[in-house]
Amino acid sequence: MTAYLRPATLAEAVAARAAHPDWMVLAGGTDLMVNANHRPEPPGIVDLWGCADLRGIVRSPDTLRIAAGTPWLEIIRHPDVNKHLPILVAAAREIGAMQIQARGTIGGNIVTSSPVGDSLPVLLALDASLDLASPRGRRIVPYHEFCTGYRTTRLAVDELIAAVIIPLPDAATHLSWRKVGTRAAQSISKVMAAAAIHVEDGRIVWARFGLGAVAARPIRAVAAEHAAARRAPDAATARAVGDALAGEITPISDIRSAADYRLEVAQNLLMRFVLNAGRA
Amino acid sequence: MITIGVNGEVRTVEVSAWKRLLDVLREDLRLTGTKEGCGEGECGACTVLLDGVPVNSCLVAAGQCDGRAVTTVEGLARRGIDGSTVLHAVQRELVVRGGAQCGICTPGIAVCAAHLCDSDALAGPGDARAKVRELLAGNICRCTGYQLIVDAVIAAASPASNQEGGS
Repeated sequence: MTAYLRPATLAEAVAARAAHPDWMVLAGGTDLMVNANHRPEPPGIVDLWGCADLRGIVRSPDTLRIAAGTPWLEIIRHPDVNKHLPILVAAAREIGAMQIQARGTIGGNIVTSSPVGDSLPVLLALDASLDLASPRGRRIVPYHEFCTGYRTTRLAVDELIAAVIIPLPDAATHLSWRKVGTRAAQSISKVMAAAAIHVEDGRIVWARFGLGAVAARPIRAVAAEHAAARRAPDAATARAVGDALAGEITPISDIRSAADYRLEVAQNLLMRFVLNAGRA
Repeated sequence: MITIGVNGEVRTVEVSAWKRLLDVLREDLRLTGTKEGCGEGECGACTVLLDGVPVNSCLVAAGQCDGRAVTTVEGLARRGIDGSTVLHAVQRELVVRGGAQCGICTPGIAVCAAHLCDSDALAGPGDARAKVRELLAGNICRCTGYQLIVDAVIAAASPASNQEGGS
């Protein structure tokens, strides 16, 4: 019989995690419960689903703080997220379908850290940070430093993600998101791309490109970002961005797509994002 | 010991916290209306309402249901004053309009669609058919296609349909 704890507060959750490092930390279960009958039964479960400290969205003047256990449906329906972070809403609406969005949480997507995690390129483009909690205290880690490899992260064994902190983009920052797959709902992506492109006086000042399903982990396309900076958002810049991307990613071929297709689609998406930033 | 409110009745089961809600419903409570399709959260056949929200019961651990309320397809219909069974408007429209064929996906679709009709999910501006298609995208049917299913949900969601149901 699997033991079970339902901590009521973040402090209780951190204590439970520290006391039972071999137990499963479970929230909505949309990853961890897949094929549950064919997985080894965990010795215990620390259930974060009902933990009030891990749920909700708070706006400050410069950021939105989304508690890690907040499910996608709540994020999709939140007025501040719709107003300030429309690409997060767009990405969330393509995560599974309503039943998955009702249970899947932003923190779960981050901890599972799949290279095809639907929200992760968006969090990279938005330059999100994570608020991590452990018995040793709190620390803030930029999300782009968090994923270290295929489904590996900097989360310590006694740590939980308390919240995702997302800086609010200003009006000069153009946000784009696109998921390419066989079907909008329920399908795992072939390529995902998100962009935040800051344009002033007809020139790109900086760009952040987040990509999914093209590497072992969600990645920032740093060379492509450099190729976009300090240039006009025009066709020549778009080509330079596409060329730079080809030099920095080596997607794989698998059951869902082919390497050359993935590269070409990723290039096309970033090029389109650059051109759209010029038209806006 | 896990206590769950199932279709308005308090039920207690002695199961592992890891057991899937789907298996608790089918094996321990013998509520076999809820079907297993994929066991991966892809198909929606096992959809039930957990505290009023549609979820895939194959992805919910029994421990997470302690003290919660679950509605299955068996709980959608109600008893009329003469003791007869009064189907939910969505069930009635699925029958009348032929929105079912082999039946494996139907309980999940009925539960999800009942939630759409009974909540504000379809309210507000925008094309109702497009909303039904997006919100039912987690319920996969391999027989009929979705035309007649969407027809049934739209019909059930209209105010006239609900009056007809006598509620």
